[in-house]
Amino acid sequence: MHPVTTVHYLALSAALLLIGTIGVLTRRNIVVILMSIELILNAVNINLIAFSHAWHNLGGQVFAIFVITDAVAEAAVGLGILIALFRNKETVQADEIDLLKW
Amino acid sequence: MLDTVLFYSFAVLVLGGGILTITRRNAVHSAISLIVSLLGVAGLYLLQQAEFLFAVQIVLYVGGIMVLFLFVIMLVNLDDAAHVREFNRQWLVALVAVAAVGAELVYFFHRGAASFHIAEAAAAVPAAAGNTEALADTLFSEYLLPFEIASLVLLVAVVGSVIMAKKRI
Amino acid sequence: MNFLDLIWLIPLFPLAGAVLMLLTGKFLDPQPPSDVAVAPGVETGGAGDSPANSQAHGHYHPGPLQNLIRLICPGMVLVSFIFSAGAVWQLSHLPTRLHQVIQFTWIAAMPFHMANGHLATFQVDWGFLLDPLSSVMILVVTGVGFLIHVYATGYMAHDNGFYRFFGYLNLFVFFMLMLVLANNYTLLFVGWEGVGLCSYLLIGFYFHKKSAADAGKKAFIVNRVGDAGFVLGMLLMLSVLGTVRFTDVNSALRSGQFPVEAGYGVLTAMALLMFFGATGKSAQVPLYIWLPDAMEGPTPVSALIHAATMVTAGVYMVARSSALYELAPVACGWVAAIGAFTAIFAATIALVQNDIKRVLAYSTVSQLGYMFLALGVGAYWVAIFHLFTHAFFKALLFLGSGSVIHSMSGEQDMRYMGALRKRIPVTHWTMWVGSVAIAGIPGLAGFFSKDEILWQAFSSPKGSTVLWLVGLVTAAMTAFYMWRLMNMTFYGQSHVKPKVAAHVHESPAVMTWPLIALAAGSVLAGWLGVPKLWSIFGEGFRVFPRWLAPMFALAGRKSEHPASTEWSLQILSVAVAAGGISLAYYLYSKRADIPDRILVRVRPLYTVLYNKWYVDELYDFLFVNGLGKGGGSAMAEFDRTIVDGGVNGAGWLTRASATLSMWWDTWIVDGAVRLTSFTVKLLSYPACLIESGRVQTYALFVVVGVLAFLGYYVAR
Repeated sequence: MHPVTTVHYLALSAALLLIGTIGVLTRRNIVVILMSIELILNAVNINLIAFSHAWHNLGGQVFAIFVITDAVAEAAVGLGILIALFRNKETVQADEIDLLKW
Repeated sequence: MLDTVLFYSFAVLVLGGGILTITRRNAVHSAISLIVSLLGVAGLYLLQQAEFLFAVQIVLYVGGIMVLFLFVIMLVNLDDAAHVREFNRQWLVALVAVAAVGAELVYFFHRGAASFHIAEAAAAVPAAAGNTEALADTLFSEYLLPFEIASLVLLVAVVGSVIMAKKRI
Repeated sequence: MNFLDLIWLIPLFPLAGAVLMLLTGKFLDPQPPSDVAVAPGVETGGAGDSPANSQAHGHYHPGPLQNLIRLICPGMVLVSFIFSAGAVWQLSHLPTRLHQVIQFTWIAAMPFHMANGHLATFQVDWGFLLDPLSSVMILVVTGVGFLIHVYATGYMAHDNGFYRFFGYLNLFVFFMLMLVLANNYTLLFVGWEGVGLCSYLLIGFYFHKKSAADAGKKAFIVNRVGDAGFVLGMLLMLSVLGTVRFTDVNSALRSGQFPVEAGYGVLTAMALLMFFGATGKSAQVPLYIWLPDAMEGPTPVSALIHAATMVTAGVYMVARSSALYELAPVACGWVAAIGAFTAIFAATIALVQNDIKRVLAYSTVSQLGYMFLALGVGAYWVAIFHLFTHAFFKALLFLGSGSVIHSMSGEQDMRYMGALRKRIPVTHWTMWVGSVAIAGIPGLAGFFSKDEILWQAFSSPKGSTVLWLVGLVTAAMTAFYMWRLMNMTFYGQSHVKPKVAAHVHESPAVMTWPLIALAAGSVLAGWLGVPKLWSIFGEGFRVFPRWLAPMFALAGRKSEHPASTEWSLQILSVAVAAGGISLAYYLYSKRADIPDRILVRVRPLYTVLYNKWYVDELYDFLFVNGLGKGGGSAMAEFDRTIVDGGVNGAGWLTRASATLSMWWDTWIVDGAVRLTSFTVKLLSYPACLIESGRVQTYALFVVVGVLAFLGYYVAR
């Protein structure tokens, strides 16, 4: 069996990224979309940690901390927006929020 | 050997959880799946000798964000979500596009494998100090400014989320 | 005293009189405020019945200085006459009877290009020329003028505008003397215009009477029409000959440089244009219409201006230009034809007029026609001779008629006269002499001059039998109407109104003595030009033609007719005259009922003649209404349709172009703008479809963008 190299981690990260992207693009439920975004962010983190480990550079981990911080902030605000949206439109389906269409 | 097994098992968690997240009709199921996925990610961090991040991942991500998600799912009554369409109309196009991107990424992996030496196992270097210590050293010396800015970002996020959620501002 | 060098003074005496009168007369001879000259016979009722006005209405209040006026004005003319007589006497002693006195240059030399390209200078001197022709004229003007002035002191004695009248009269004499003494055409024209002005002033002397004012206007305007021709002729002369001085013009014309023109050429045009001016001044067809109306003026005016002097200015001018007319036979033909036609035309009208002065006016026109007939057939001296004799008997007749009117308290209609012979004997006998003279009875002046005209019309190379016949018939008519006048006025039954009859009185001496003097002249003047045929009288009685001979190089050519022809023609004209006289006597004295019966038979003809052949009405229609009002309405039409139409059209055009602009703006300009926006919308429609408003769609685009981005690197 091949030893687990950085490539594996990168491949995993890419796969997770793609999964998350599919979720963002495909799901109608806004909460699920937000969760898919978290998946994408985690994929990025995996990538960062993998490289940090490969190059013995803590910068990757620091970056990953900041990513997590931003993910937190963004989740909070995004959910706040969702709540405000729900209050006004009574729906959480992304398809139905199309007021800004031409 | 152990690394490999652990890796694959965490990988299964991550990817399985991810796939489940995006495919579950019930939002709560999606959230639980996400938690599983995040736990898997945390394990991967541990494998990469990022202990601090492992802890942060568990505490923040799972304990904070996912809880928040669950609260919000409870807030927005999603009972009728069970009866509506799950995927939107562009799912096929999206799938194709993402698959194409995936193909491209595979291609990049093949082409760049040699230059980044990513096919080789990384030599494990024993940490002189603990991971947390080293991380703290770097964070508060070299990356102090980003740190402060990150705190500002959090402040803004707090204020913003409060404002967004208020009924009357 | 060298009268010859002092001829420039001759016009200035009457000028001094005129200036004195017109500027200071009001103070010398103050009259009550209403300076209204009232024509004798005009009823002073109407506006002047209130007691305050009645004394101020035209009646003259003799002042202490009236006699001064009586002395000054005729006196000035008398002094001129003395100077003229002296100058003529001295002229007769000169070897070449020509004396020019140039005072100064009036219009300075202006160079100009003649018709043939030569450079000439236009210069007009204030110069006077005394030669046989002008000597005759100045003697007539001053002599007869003096007599008329004397008469007028009596005639106008009761008139309010006494000083004004004499001022104008003297002014007239001044202008007339300028006319006949001038040494160039331009100065002649000054006098020409001036006598026209004075004619206007004097005809309209009773300016409160509308008919008089109108007559004055008519005279001036008709004269002006003729003057246009005169000026054109003068300018043509300037362009062809380069000078206006008589001596220079004559020498140029007689030098042989210009051939006798066969048809209508430049010289003929010149001659005809100047003759047109003469028709205006001398009352020929077509511009004679002012003369009968000019009888509105006081009788002395009619006598002086419209019998003896002003109207003869045209004759004088043509005679002065004899050298020109000799070179333009066609023009001579016109002159003769118009003269003959005018003579007979006016005579027909005179046959039926009832106003005593009208008859005399038409008679004047007719006699002037004779003069032009003579000029036209080349007998220039004969025309001047007739002018000379005519001045005497026509002035006599006018003054006599004035005396009649005076005695009749203003009555001028012959139908209300009659059997005045015994009551105003002097007037009667002097008028008898004048009428016999004009009729052409041998022994008196008229016979000699008129007969010579008839003979020349017959025998001259430019004459013809037709012209002679016209003259003969006119002579018959002249005799007839003059004796009709005499019979109706002095003989036969009296038709005088009772109120007037009580006042019939002979005129005062100051009026009758001029009459007597003129009567003497009417008899004697003719003996200066006895025809050659009457050779028994010797050459001594042919002073006149001999005197004028050097003026007209080709004067009075005798043709190849035998003497017997001339005798027979003379006898024929005498017979005709006698016949006219007796017929008039028969019809108006003996059997006064016949004229009325004839009238009934020829009523239409009578009406036409009585209404002067409706010429005035024709002119009214053509020119006054036609040109004047018609022109006015044509101008109004022009203004309305064309000018206003242009303005309206401009307005319409503006509106139309505005509409066009609006259309352009709406459809083209705005259309372009709208097209732009439409195109943008059209092109952006596909782009709009992309914007679904759904976030996930945009996210998809992001991914597609990433795909493309990465694809770039893949491709590399």
